[in-house]
Amino acid sequence: MRKAGNHAHFIVGGIVLLLCAFILPTTAQAKKLNIVTSTTDMAALAQEVGGDKVSVDAIARGYQDPHFVEAKPSFLLRLRQADLLISVGLQLEIGWLPPLITQSGNARIQVGAPGYLDASQFAEILEIPQGQVTRAEGDVHPLGNPHYWLDPDNGRRIAKGFANKFGEMDPSDAQYFQQRFQDFDKRLGAAVQKWDAEMKPYRGRKVVTYHRSFPNFAKHFGLDVIGYVEPRPGIPPTPSHTLDLIRLMKRENCKVVLVEPYFDLKTPQSIGRETGSQVVVYLPSVGGEKGVDDYFKLFDYDIDLLIKAFKATQ
Amino acid sequence: MKATWLVALFLVLVAPHLLGQQTTAPAAAQDQPDNAALMQKIRDLEDRVVALEGQLRQIKAQQPAPATAAPAAPAGAAAAEAAAPQAAAPPAAPPTAETAQAAATPQGSQTLVQQPSLGGAGVSAAKALNPDISVIGDFIGVAGHNPIQPSPSLQMHESEVGLQAIIDPYARGDFFLSFGEEGVDLEEGYVTFTALPANFVVKVGKMRADFGKVNTLHNHVLPWVDRPLVTNNLVGGEDGIDDAGISIQRILPAPKGIFLEATGQLFRGDSGDTQHPLFQASTKSDVSAVAHLRTYKDITESTNLDLGVSYSRGHNKLGSDFLTQLYGVDATLRWKPLRRSIYHSFIGRSEFVWSQRQQLPFEQRAFGFYVSGDYQLGRRWFLGGRYDHSDRPTQANLTDNGGSLVLTYWPSEFSQVRGQYRFTHYAGNVDAHELLMQVQFSLGAHGAHPF
Repeated sequence: MRKAGNHAHFIVGGIVLLLCAFILPTTAQAKKLNIVTSTTDMAALAQEVGGDKVSVDAIARGYQDPHFVEAKPSFLLRLRQADLLISVGLQLEIGWLPPLITQSGNARIQVGAPGYLDASQFAEILEIPQGQVTRAEGDVHPLGNPHYWLDPDNGRRIAKGFANKFGEMDPSDAQYFQQRFQDFDKRLGAAVQKWDAEMKPYRGRKVVTYHRSFPNFAKHFGLDVIGYVEPRPGIPPTPSHTLDLIRLMKRENCKVVLVEPYFDLKTPQSIGRETGSQVVVYLPSVGGEKGVDDYFKLFDYDIDLLIKAFKATQ
Repeated sequence: MKATWLVALFLVLVAPHLLGQQTTAPAAAQDQPDNAALMQKIRDLEDRVVALEGQLRQIKAQQPAPATAAPAAPAGAAAAEAAAPQAAAPPAAPPTAETAQAAATPQGSQTLVQQPSLGGAGVSAAKALNPDISVIGDFIGVAGHNPIQPSPSLQMHESEVGLQAIIDPYARGDFFLSFGEEGVDLEEGYVTFTALPANFVVKVGKMRADFGKVNTLHNHVLPWVDRPLVTNNLVGGEDGIDDAGISIQRILPAPKGIFLEATGQLFRGDSGDTQHPLFQASTKSDVSAVAHLRTYKDITESTNLDLGVSYSRGHNKLGSDFLTQLYGVDATLRWKPLRRSIYHSFIGRSEFVWSQRQQLPFEQRAFGFYVSGDYQLGRRWFLGGRYDHSDRPTQANLTDNGGSLVLTYWPSEFSQVRGQYRFTHYAGNVDAHELLMQVQFSLGAHGAHPF
């Protein structure tokens, strides 16, 4: 047996060696701005503005509940290369993004660093709770409702914020990003006119949603969300609440139940049967279904579904 | 200036007349573009208001935590000031920091934020930088007879207080204080340097070592009430390898789609519980070390495999000349369909540990493992099972076996009720049948733990 002191030296030496082995020449930086976003919606908007000067990758899938994404190590592989991390913010990703950021070892994207961008700062935020917030109200978001991207006006504002940010990070292409934004703005403006016209006959219609992920859409298109399948945000439906909701829907003559693609359809369907209403699996995010792969198609898809449901329950 | 206005006015007045020669309704034609311009102006104004609101929120949320505190923290003084003019402030109140803050939240009279004014804006500004505070209560009740490892019938097993914050642009700090039945223990307390060159992540402080999986987990994230037999016998029990030291971690280059991460850790050399320490440093040079290599791959979108090998060495309580070395292999298979991720999932885990303990008259080589599976039945229900097998480290010819059945119910993300039936067959033909009951509850903002 060797002397213990030697062991200590041996270990320290080993660790130093290990360190040296780690410091291998890292791969040359790609010219494109490498962007990782937490959700597909942010990715879609970043792509609109960034064009072919950026590479964009989203962590969560469009059909996944963005509150409960697993912080898989495979995401770290993308994060450690990222120049810019875009989050939805308002604590939507609180359960999974912080450990990923810490573990990534990427100094550029740490909270507060220039490569971390909270997109909520650009958008109009609804349902900001006033006064005391407690979890007796369920999984409330104390900073406001984080599902803000479903209002095309917010889409425009976020895209504008992205264009400015990308320009800051890559000044040589700043002009390009501004141009892309102008182009996006124009196309979005035209699309919004079309959507507004399509939805106009249904302004003031009452709907029920599963989770509170619809207020910005409802506000823009003048729909009235009268209740939720969840008794409280993040709390699964209870029989008594479901009965209350059915009574409310009958009284208010509400005939449409909107469900996010990641929730179980059993309760919504029984509500649908009881009240004779349509259960619609709408998409809260880009990529929720095949073919819905950009910001425009997301609204096209949802508006199409809604109009069909409204027509069927005239 | 005036001249331009006049010219503009002239143009506006004259233009329709010029156009009007062709159209019959010049007024309508003029209204149209005017309206559009107005709408555009309103839209621009709206955008600017939203942008301002966003900036205001940013200032308010300047508490630099990724896991920001749960209750909407009172606004910083600057935010309060900025908001005061636009909010309908309660009249006839002198503009002290307190009232400015009340005004920052409309219906400020409803908020119950009553705090002594300790000199100007200091209070709320200081509070904004408080760390995220959380407490997790862990209550355990045990029924049944176990002569080898007796547990109290009812116990407030642990109250884990977490204090977490970003320290500065280069580091974050995490403290976990464990208030148990026998006193307070610093379970973990470390600084993580997140902004190092070449993607290194360095931790300094006291931490749970990266040996396998179970050793890294806090009690409240375990899928069982207890820890596996192999952990209790070979890897330092509930405390595990948890020591003061330095950790260096880095993701290594690997073929596409494969995650490979190496961790090297150096500790003082004191681990395990005080009566039966796993490692004990008799002199300063009796440091212990842990090395861990982890690889991970997504097999499909919903299935992934996580494999690791670990090595640890340190000196045992017999003195500086006696080493204990541990070798570990761990495997975790996870399945979670993304579209129904909140309803169904499966996690299969297993860890194998070999222990080599130098002692008199000769070295003991012990082996142990566990295999477990947990299936999520529905949004709130989990069913799991575990098989245990482990030799004893100081007498490797003595072997304990066991099995458990676990049912867990989640009223919400923040609380959990769990029942576990545990059968243990100890060496020397001693059987124990036990029923364990656990209630866990979480207060405040407890930062998410690594995957």
